[in-house]
Order: sequence, then structure tokens, then C-alpha cells
Amino acid sequence: MTMQPASTEIASRTAAIIQELKGLEGPLLPILHEIQEEFGHVPQAALPVIADGLNLSRAEVHGVVTFYHDFRARPAGRHVLKLCQAEACQSMGSDAVAAKIKQLLGIGFHETTRDGSVTLEPVYCLGLCACSPSAMLDGEVIGRLDDEKIDEILAEVRS
Amino acid sequence: MIPRIYIPGDSGALALGAEKVAKAIAKELAERGIEAKIVRNGSRGAYFLEPMVEVATANGRVAYGPVKPSDVKSLFDSGFLTGGHHKRWLGAPDKIPFLAKQTRLTFARCGINDPLSLDAYKSLGGLKGLQNAVAMAPADIVKQVTDSGLRGRGGAGFPTGIKWKTVLDTTSERKYIVCNADEGDSATFADRMIMEGDPFVLIEGMTIAGVATGATKGFVYIRSEYPHAVATMNKAVEIARKAGVLGVNVLGSPNAFDMEIRVGAGAYVCGEETSLLNSLEGKRGVVRAKPPLPAIQGLFGKPTVINNVISLASVPIIMDKGAAFYKDFGMGRSRGTIPIQIAGNVKQGGLFETAFGLTLGEIVDDIGGGTATGRPVKAVQVGGPLGAYFPRALFDTPFDYEEFAKRDGLIGHAGITVFDDTADMLKQARFAMEFCAIESCGKCTPCRIGSTRGVETIDRLAAGIEPEKNLALVTDLCNTMKFGSLCALGGFTPYPVMSSITHFPEDFKPAPARVAAE
Repeated sequence: MTMQPASTEIASRTAAIIQELKGLEGPLLPILHEIQEEFGHVPQAALPVIADGLNLSRAEVHGVVTFYHDFRARPAGRHVLKLCQAEACQSMGSDAVAAKIKQLLGIGFHETTRDGSVTLEPVYCLGLCACSPSAMLDGEVIGRLDDEKIDEILAEVRS
Repeated sequence: MIPRIYIPGDSGALALGAEKVAKAIAKELAERGIEAKIVRNGSRGAYFLEPMVEVATANGRVAYGPVKPSDVKSLFDSGFLTGGHHKRWLGAPDKIPFLAKQTRLTFARCGINDPLSLDAYKSLGGLKGLQNAVAMAPADIVKQVTDSGLRGRGGAGFPTGIKWKTVLDTTSERKYIVCNADEGDSATFADRMIMEGDPFVLIEGMTIAGVATGATKGFVYIRSEYPHAVATMNKAVEIARKAGVLGVNVLGSPNAFDMEIRVGAGAYVCGEETSLLNSLEGKRGVVRAKPPLPAIQGLFGKPTVINNVISLASVPIIMDKGAAFYKDFGMGRSRGTIPIQIAGNVKQGGLFETAFGLTLGEIVDDIGGGTATGRPVKAVQVGGPLGAYFPRALFDTPFDYEEFAKRDGLIGHAGITVFDDTADMLKQARFAMEFCAIESCGKCTPCRIGSTRGVETIDRLAAGIEPEKNLALVTDLCNTMKFGSLCALGGFTPYPVMSSITHFPEDFKPAPARVAAE
């Protein structure tokens, strides 16, 4: 498992991010994105620091963080595989693709393999609807998923 | 002259292996000692031909596609740098039937050149609209946009000029232009293609909106699922600033306008304009009640124009060629062109910009070429997850806001998902409710609770439990959601559900086989 930074370190790195971005109009989302970029998730220890820095209540910050699907409470696996489950991909068999990948990895959506190699997530549209079924592996887009491409993806996440 | 090779950097092309093709071509060039320039253009939108590689020859561009890395050696052997014949040869790109049949106004430049070359943008007519605008009185710009008949391309179809006029007429020391690039609807990718393939047209459109309404600051709110669009837009804004397109003196005029790119965080509901404004302000993306209209009290309580990417990207051509030119295309009250996105189980998927008025059947059968699987078309969903499913019997419906509304459908952001005869419409109806439950912002009861009860009721239908009673319950629930929800998420989820029930009743009949199997 990856080492978790101590809460004092989280606080100081969070404070630096807030300092850099708080001049923006409506800075909270850019700050949260930056924190997630920094730590791989939005740690609980960062929330009071944000609340203090932006003059918000902790409840408000908590409310925002938990509203958005993107912000993680815990770090993801080393790879993040997102499978599109929206209509265009459904029409091309995304259900079967997801079932196959879940079976091969031994996990369901929103879960991470026990070795921490990959987190599997559904996504509702990657804008690759004329190349369905589609997926995103660590930010790389993949279209027209077939058995061969599934094998390539699995080889990459297991390596 | 050094040969120029165009390999798309558009995410759709990348998803189909454009990066590997680019690497293979670069490697082959090096091995053969050929000097050539590789340009990463956007996509022209014919995704069934991507990755589509083009070469500039003495006789114009020649396209090849879909190119696989394994084709690269033989392409060089066939002399593709001078347009030589090969099994992937497609000829002049603008003669490819899928592209030749289109009327490209908004997407005129998309996919032709390096999207980040401002010179290339200008060489194809870019910035002419803004040049005209800065020499005009704001009210005259707004009048041009109103007269063009342009309606919001995000889905609601509200006249763009009227929105702008409200903002222009509202006095405030600060006003905003917000571009809704939270393109979350399945089957839509027009916004993504413009942002990745011709970002300056969006910047130009937003700047015109600023000059027209007196707004000095713009935000583009792009969904986080579009990292490539975010990167391209950020670079384009930087280039536009350096070139004086953005800044305190837009194109040397006394107008000030600057903009920022902001990234969403995976909430579908933030495509709803008031949720988006809350999200930009750093709040939970919950829907606001209207009134007050965003045009009067929008972002940070200030007058705000909030338009979809395609609406804003259609403004430069209107300001360049005039309202009458744009209005000349289309039918009825749907004027101009619409980028139709043909997606899902379809042979020739991609973006097809055309004047309003083609029938659904022409789009699916003639342009799309039927299903990818070769099976009969069962249903097409028009307008994304909140759009109705249309059966073949309604394929004579012309693509027009009002004509679709007359048949209990909507064109939305003009995405079309094709399904073959293996589709189970009960499953699709259930998904519509499930999606609404996942994405509901939670502010209003019909959407928050109705969607979950909807899933449960459809599950009971599927299990054959009191089918008549449960069908009536779903219908009643849809009625409550349609008229009782605050925004289109809860209000339009009934479209896919009710259209499935109405047009495909056989899929909702108790299935003895299904029950017996369990």
C-alpha cells in the first residue's frame, strides 16, 4: 500500500494549494481538483484547512466534496479503469464488456483489486459514442473495445 | 516542398489508435530518411474512417482510412505521400460522401488544420465575425444574432439573441459569459470535437457575446471526462491572449474580454445551467429555482449569458456572413444548421452537420447506413439519456425542434443512438430511471425519490408482478416527474421511459420465459 502522508503534512500542502488558487473567482472546485492531483484523493484532514482558508463551514466543504463523483475519499489503485455504461455503449454491448472485465479482475464497480493494481469505475459517457463501447485507462481513451483490447488493458493493469 | 501528413489528435481518433499510427509513420519516415511534417489536426467527424490520415499533395489533400499501424509500411510502399493508391485510399476528403453531403457552417474548419494554429484559423475565415462585431454597436450585434434565428443548441432551443438582449439590457458593473461544455448526454460529442478541433471558434463566439452584452469575463465549464478538450482549450486561450484576441483591448478595440477554463467533477446534472453556475461558484451542483433568470441574476448574482458550446461556436459565422445567410438554412422555426451526432450501433457513425429538416430515417438509414451489427434497427434514442426512443414507424419525423415535440420527443443536443433488434426496451426504460437516480442533485422530490421508485416499479414489471397495476404506476409516476421536477433531469426522464412503453409495449408484457428462467 502507498504510504499515507501525516495529517500535518496534508495540512501544509493543502494550505499551499489554497494560497495559490484562492484568488480565483469560485476557487473551491479548482482547489479540490488540485488536492486530488496532489494526494490521489481528497483527505479528510484537508477539509478543515480548506474551510478555514475560504471562510466556509466544514459542513459546506464536506457537502461539496461528497456531491461530485470525481472526488475520492480514499486513494485509487495504481491504475483507474473507467468503462462507459451509457446508452451508446449499451447499444454495442458494454454490459457484456463490463461483466467480462469484472469477472477477470474479480471486482465490481467502485472496487479496487486486492493487490491495489486497479480501480474499476463506471462512467456515463466519454464522448466517444461513435466508437462504442469505450473506456478510459488512466486518462487514455480506448474505443471499440473487443476481446483483444480487453486483453491488452488487463495486461497493462497487471504489469 | 516538404510533404505534410495530417494525423488527427482528436480523442475519438486517439481511441481508435491514432497515436500508434502517428508513431508508426514517424518511425517509417526516419527509417526511410524521408523529411516530412506531421500535423496533428482535429477530426472531420467521420469516425467510421478514423484514424483518417491525410497527405497534402500537389493536387490537394488525399485521405486514407481507417489506417492501422500495420498499414503504414504498405502505405509508404504505395507512395501515399503523393496520393498513391492503397486499399485504405479514400481520395479527396471533401469528396467522401459522408462529408460531401454535409453543410458545414459551425464545423467549417474542424479537422482540417492544427487546431492551435491561429494563422490557419484566420486563413479559413476565422476572426472575421469578431472583427465585424467590434466595429458595431452592441444592440446591433444582438439584433444580428436574434435575426439569424439561432436557438440554444444545448437542447432547450431557447432563442440565443433574446438571452443576450436580456443581459445587454440589465445594468450591472460586472457581467459574465458562461459556456456550458458539460456535454454529458450519451451520443453527443459535438462540443468535444469543436473544443479539440477548432477551439478558436468557441473563443471567438464567446468574445462576440462579451462585446455584445458588455460582459468582460468568460468561463468555459468543461466536464472532467474530456481531458483532451480541457488541454486544447487551455492552450488556445493562452494563444488568443498573446495575439490580443483576448485581453483589455480585443483586436485593438476598446472592448475588454478574458476567459478561464474550468473543469467539472463528474456530475451529469451540472449540464443544467443553474447547477453549472452553482458548481462554478464552488458549491454543490444543485439546481436553482427560476426566476430569477441567469440573464438577470446568474453567476455570483450577476447578469450572465449561459450558452452551449455549439450555440456560441455558431455565432462567428453569423457575424461574418450575416443573419440572413444563416437563417436561409433550415425549416420552420428551426433555422440554420445542426451538427447531428450519429452514434451507437451504427455502420457509419460520426458528426453530420446539416440544415434542419432531414427525416430521422434519412439520418439513420442513408447517412448512418443502418446498424453496425447488420441487424434491423429496433429503436433510436434522440437527444441523449433524457430523449425519447423512436421506433421505425416514426422515421418520417423531420429533424426540427417542433416536429419532434409533436411526437413526444426532443432533439436535445442532436445525438442519436441506434439500437438493433436485440435491445430490450424495458431494460432501457429501467436504465433511464436508474441514471436519474444516480445523477439527481436531490433538490426536488419527484426526481430524487421518483427515480428510485421508478427503478423498483420497473423491476416488479420485469418480474411479472401485477403487470397492469405496475404499468399504470410507472405512467403515473412519469406524469408526476414530468410536471413536478425543477429541471430537465427529473422532468425529461419520463421521455425515454414513456416512449419505450408506448412504442414497444411487447417488451413490457409479462415474459413467461423470463419468469420461468428465474
